[in-house]
Amino acid sequence: MGPAAAVQELGWYALRFVDQLGKLTVFAAQILRALASPPVRVRVFVQAVFDVGVLSLIIICVSGTAVGMVLSLQGYNTLVRFGAEQSLGAVVGLSLIRELGPVLTALLATGRAGSATAAEIGTMVATEQLDGLRMMAVDPIDLVVAPKALAMTVAMPLLSALFITFGLFGGYLVGVGLMGIDGGTYMSSLQSAVDFRDDVLGSLLKALVFGGLVGLIATFRGFTSAPTSAGVSAATTSTVVVASVCILLFDYVITALWGV
Amino acid sequence: MNLTPDAAGADVHVALERVDMAFGDRQVFRGLSCAFAAGKVSVILGGSGSGKSTVLRLIGGLVRPQAGHIFVAGEDVTCLSERQLYGVRKKLGMMFQGGALLDSLTIYENLAFPLREHTSLDERAIAAAVHRRLDAVGLTDVDRLLPSQLSGGMLRRAALARAIILDPVIVLCDEPFSGLDPVSVKRIENLLVQINQRLGITIVLVSHHIASTMRMAEHVVLLLQSDDHHPGTTVVAGSPEELRQSSDPRVVAFLTDECDDGDARAADVAAGST
Repeated sequence: MGPAAAVQELGWYALRFVDQLGKLTVFAAQILRALASPPVRVRVFVQAVFDVGVLSLIIICVSGTAVGMVLSLQGYNTLVRFGAEQSLGAVVGLSLIRELGPVLTALLATGRAGSATAAEIGTMVATEQLDGLRMMAVDPIDLVVAPKALAMTVAMPLLSALFITFGLFGGYLVGVGLMGIDGGTYMSSLQSAVDFRDDVLGSLLKALVFGGLVGLIATFRGFTSAPTSAGVSAATTSTVVVASVCILLFDYVITALWGV
Repeated sequence: MNLTPDAAGADVHVALERVDMAFGDRQVFRGLSCAFAAGKVSVILGGSGSGKSTVLRLIGGLVRPQAGHIFVAGEDVTCLSERQLYGVRKKLGMMFQGGALLDSLTIYENLAFPLREHTSLDERAIAAAVHRRLDAVGLTDVDRLLPSQLSGGMLRRAALARAIILDPVIVLCDEPFSGLDPVSVKRIENLLVQINQRLGITIVLVSHHIASTMRMAEHVVLLLQSDDHHPGTTVVAGSPEELRQSSDPRVVAFLTDECDDGDARAADVAAGST
């Protein structure tokens, strides 16, 4: 490929990126308008929260416990070199609350619930169910997309809080049960290091942003997928890839801007 | 020959005027004009890729043409926003080729859904309306079944029941006979004719099934793609009898299977003419 062709291809990708970004923005505006206007679809929303949240509980709890246990083990092995093993509660707590909780929860939710959302909506496109709704004078964004995107946004902070709780529990198990740190010392170190407003609320805010991102990307990819099985597959894959990268990029931006 | 419903002395319910339609680089229609009469069963015929299903999607406003006008029950749907289109769509019912029933809902819920969305009927009245429509299409004991648990013929009938649940003035049917056995074809065909006769609904259907078309259609629109001698999409319209008697070589070729689709179509023609 010559330099001219390379520049041409780069230009094409840049145009496609801007085009997709514009469409995503319009799509987000349509979701907000659907959420702000009647009817309020409580049943559909509750079902979507169940699909996104309740069905992700096991993976979140197990992963949270495992991450907390590993963090505690690694943290102890490092801290003990400096005679600072009494700070294990603070290290585990701050790592989980400020960073690992929201980020890992968002990545796990993208893999489980985000991909499922994209596949479900993509299948509805391929089987003309969304066109069927349009022909019944029902807006598919109002009925299908908006409740799922909102459910993801609402469920993510709750899942993240659960992940952190199980992580702290896993850390306690290893630190106190296995490494022999005093339980009171672990808890007081945790309590004194973690600030509710800066750390806990900041963490939940991060998770809320990630939830909105994953919900938007998953529904957009599903809604704009090609009406074929390959199209559904591509939408699912692209949801996981794009949402994961966006989570990590936004994590940096939020941390840099707000210090969360 | 190009007999429009106006020429046949009927009111036009749906009309396409000089419609251009393309998907990317592929031009589907150029200057397509045709009309469908109120209260009649009209069938759109055409070879594969001639854009038959696209005509239905244009009428429903699911796709927009690059040029031209489409009048549905007196309104130009090409000038309406998506929100404004919902008003027109309440007058339409559409039976999709694959049914397009919501696969997470039971058959009962699928039929009750449009009533809950657009009427203030109580649950008892909704149940009565749903069962009336299911009875009309010959489906019983399917309330609790999911669409995936129905056979192809039952699925089409359930889709037809949903299409007519809001008492539309126009019903669009996309390939209602494809993939069905002869008994199911006959059953759906009779249902559509009965619905048209009992309720006076305008029916526009797309079909490959020439035998059924010749039996049930009052008006046939044959879409012929452009070639060197005929620029733009040519529409040949008229009654089934007029089409059979046509001397246009392209119509004769289509009906006697010189263009596509093998021997089945010739057999269809023979069956339709008996």
